[in-house]
Amino acid sequence: MAKYPPPEELIKINYTTPVKSWMDTKTAFRPGNFSYPAKPDILKYLGMPNPRVWSPMDEDWKLPPDWKRIVMEKFREKLKKYRSFKIFMDVCVRCGACADKCHFFIGGGDPKNMPVLRAELLRSIYRGEFSAAAKVLGKLAGARKLEEDVIKEWFLYFYQCTECRRCSLFCPYGIDTAEITMMARELLHELGCNINWILEPAANCNRTGNHLGIQPHAYKDMMDFLCDDIEEVTGKRIRPNVNKKGCEILFITPSGDIFADPGIYTFMGYIILFDYLGLDYTWSTYASEGGNFGLFTSDKMMKKLNAKMYAEAKRLGVKWILGGECGHMWRVINQYMLTMNGPADFMETPVSPITGTKFDAAAGTKMLHICEFTADLIKNGKLKLDPSRNDNFVTTFHDSCNTARGMGLLEEPRYILKNVCRQFYEMPENTTREQTFCCGGGAGLNNEEFTETRLRGGLPRGNAVKYVRDRHGVNNLACICAIDRATLPPLCDYWAPGVGVSGVHELVGNALVLDGEKKRTTDLRQNPLPGMEDEEE
Amino acid sequence: MAAFYSLLAVLALIVIPWLGAGMGMGALFGIVLPYIAIIVFMVGFTLRIVNWAKIPVPFCIPTTGGQQKSLPWIKNNPWDNPYDKRGVVMRMLFEVLTFRSLFRNTSVKLQQDGPKVAYSSEKWLWGFALIFHYCFLVILIRHLRFFMAPVPWAVHVTEFFDTIMQIGLPILYQTDALIVIGLLFLLARRVFDGKVRYISLMQDYFPLLLILGIALTGIWMRYAVKVDVIAVKELAMGLVTLHPHLPKEQLDPSVYAHLTLVCALFIYFPFSKLMHMGGVFLSPTRVVPNMSRRAMWVNPWNDPSVKPHSYEAYENDFREKMIEAGLPVEKQA
Ligand code: SF4
Ligand code: SF4
Repeated sequence: MAKYPPPEELIKINYTTPVKSWMDTKTAFRPGNFSYPAKPDILKYLGMPNPRVWSPMDEDWKLPPDWKRIVMEKFREKLKKYRSFKIFMDVCVRCGACADKCHFFIGGGDPKNMPVLRAELLRSIYRGEFSAAAKVLGKLAGARKLEEDVIKEWFLYFYQCTECRRCSLFCPYGIDTAEITMMARELLHELGCNINWILEPAANCNRTGNHLGIQPHAYKDMMDFLCDDIEEVTGKRIRPNVNKKGCEILFITPSGDIFADPGIYTFMGYIILFDYLGLDYTWSTYASEGGNFGLFTSDKMMKKLNAKMYAEAKRLGVKWILGGECGHMWRVINQYMLTMNGPADFMETPVSPITGTKFDAAAGTKMLHICEFTADLIKNGKLKLDPSRNDNFVTTFHDSCNTARGMGLLEEPRYILKNVCRQFYEMPENTTREQTFCCGGGAGLNNEEFTETRLRGGLPRGNAVKYVRDRHGVNNLACICAIDRATLPPLCDYWAPGVGVSGVHELVGNALVLDGEKKRTTDLRQNPLPGMEDEEE
Repeated sequence: MAAFYSLLAVLALIVIPWLGAGMGMGALFGIVLPYIAIIVFMVGFTLRIVNWAKIPVPFCIPTTGGQQKSLPWIKNNPWDNPYDKRGVVMRMLFEVLTFRSLFRNTSVKLQQDGPKVAYSSEKWLWGFALIFHYCFLVILIRHLRFFMAPVPWAVHVTEFFDTIMQIGLPILYQTDALIVIGLLFLLARRVFDGKVRYISLMQDYFPLLLILGIALTGIWMRYAVKVDVIAVKELAMGLVTLHPHLPKEQLDPSVYAHLTLVCALFIYFPFSKLMHMGGVFLSPTRVVPNMSRRAMWVNPWNDPSVKPHSYEAYENDFREKMIEAGLPVEKQA
């Protein structure tokens, strides 16, 4: 990983824009501002074009010989396939309302990270190649020719957009730079310019069912191991079903919840809850990934990876699917799943077997968010909770961009949190709910080599966390996204030291009072509960 | 540079008809050009909209700006996160009539000590954009009195309110002053705000200056030279009734300059960013409801040949290990 500067230095951001036109500013790659390219064997496995060994720092990117034709052809095709793309190319008035809404601009000051300019990187080619008038006027009209430098620029800046859509919220026409980024990335794929951190998980997910490439037996092992830990804390042995046919519910969550700290505690929370309820459900190793790095690759890849969920639900014969805490997984489920892989009429509209609530919000996809499920349980008084067990935590809540601006799941997790812990404080207004700031690592950019840029992009979020830390003593940032759980810990360490990260259901698992459990002296992380420090030896 | 060339272009559009009209080319600027402009505008505008509308919206991708509709006891935000057509209509009405998204605008300040990032509400752009657009609308409505006989009641009412302050003679239309103020603000923002200047192109300055030119020539005609309104109406009525002729009275050349600028705007409109007027109604992140988890949204080019890596292939790959781990399998080894 590239060494990154300390906060005092990183914060010296210069927002004044250069005098020189952006078209004359050459793209500069340096360690820490880009992600490593995809390995050739991964491209080959996925059947994607132009596998080769290369680095963005190289002069020669080894593009295919007819790369210009390829780009223009695909560009044209996308304009015909997506009204969003065409409209967003045409109607921007460059009012600049979106300019200071992007966390990468706020934390870095590079004007090409202003969403409007990010889009102009494509739009300038659109004008230069498709519009006669702009061709004549050239640069004055924001038109330019497609050169190799343009491709390099696209690569840098479209892999510096986390597709968080914050800009879209403020745009008077709803121009969504995330959508533009998706198109640009698809164009880059045609030339074999992509990043490993996205395509390796996608390839793994295809073969083994999950991003991390964990094979079924290892997946089962890890679950058993975590169940040992639960036994240690609660005294109860839980034996979750895996790949079992004929259950009522299939549960799918991001694999990060099973393999990465602090996601594993969220995993424990889920299965403690399900065991408490006596839920008739199963896990699947074949569909063992909720996340979908296809969303960051192409519509085809997204569809292919997502299709496993329905295929497995059908094979196992479940009635409906329950989904775990994940950001972009839910964007895919909410906005794409049924369209790509529906109709899902072999299942039924989710009904909570405990409360009898029918969830019409999921009538089409047959897939329910666990926060909706749990909020309903709490509302109906079905959970025996002891929120004092979370007294070690002073909690705030981070909305994931995807569940906030791609779905609108804002109240459910808050309702749960307020019931399972006694100390909850909101971050400042302009940084939460639909205005939430990205963790800096969404859209497949949560890799090591990109850390410096991630920390920059994380400034707005980190700063809001610091605010509630200083003011209310917040020491725990709860979230409902596996990528958040991976990216926010280093972010907090950097911008708001002393604040940890947890899932919402980890806190549910802590608070839930189980029948016949032993007296709990620790939380799920095996840290002593308040007042129990002495009982640990 | 871009601003300078735009200014030159607009000046040319004033000077040419001004001189041309004096040299007896009144018919060109007063009759031929308006017809061309109106045809280009109508055909161009329609084609643009039809072209956009023909492109599919493959996915249901609203930007959700509030709580979804889920459990009955959780308050849904039906305007910012609509789940049906009615919600979308409300969302769009607010967007178009009140510029709701711009109203949300914030600005960022970074204090190095701390460090601290602060966000404050920023309503200037919203306010002046709103002033400009509404004044434009009112002025447009007022102008109908030139094209209609008898003048409709609604136009009189608009005029009445626009002159309610009763300043000067001829009485000042407030919108005439306000639109100039609005335009000057938008222009100043482009020139003096570094971020906005950095992204501004010729096609951003040109329409602003063009409309400013229209407003100023209009003001000039009405308050400075006090052109012969009857003659102007004669010209206008000739155009709309398809009996075009130049009025007997000699028109002040500023009328031709004003008219030419308006024609330029009409001709320019369909080819420019001004089409945001139509585009906003077709923007997929705003005009689709957040309902694709409730009901199926159809993508016309969805490719049924894209299939997942099958379970069978998966099991073939890992069967032994699965059996060993005690996981159920479809086929024994
Ligand atoms: S807010 Fe929208 S219209 Fe304004 S500059 Fe940004 S993308 Fe363009
Ligand atoms: S989608 Fe997010 S990361 Fe991308 S340009 Fe917009 S605000 Fe920035």
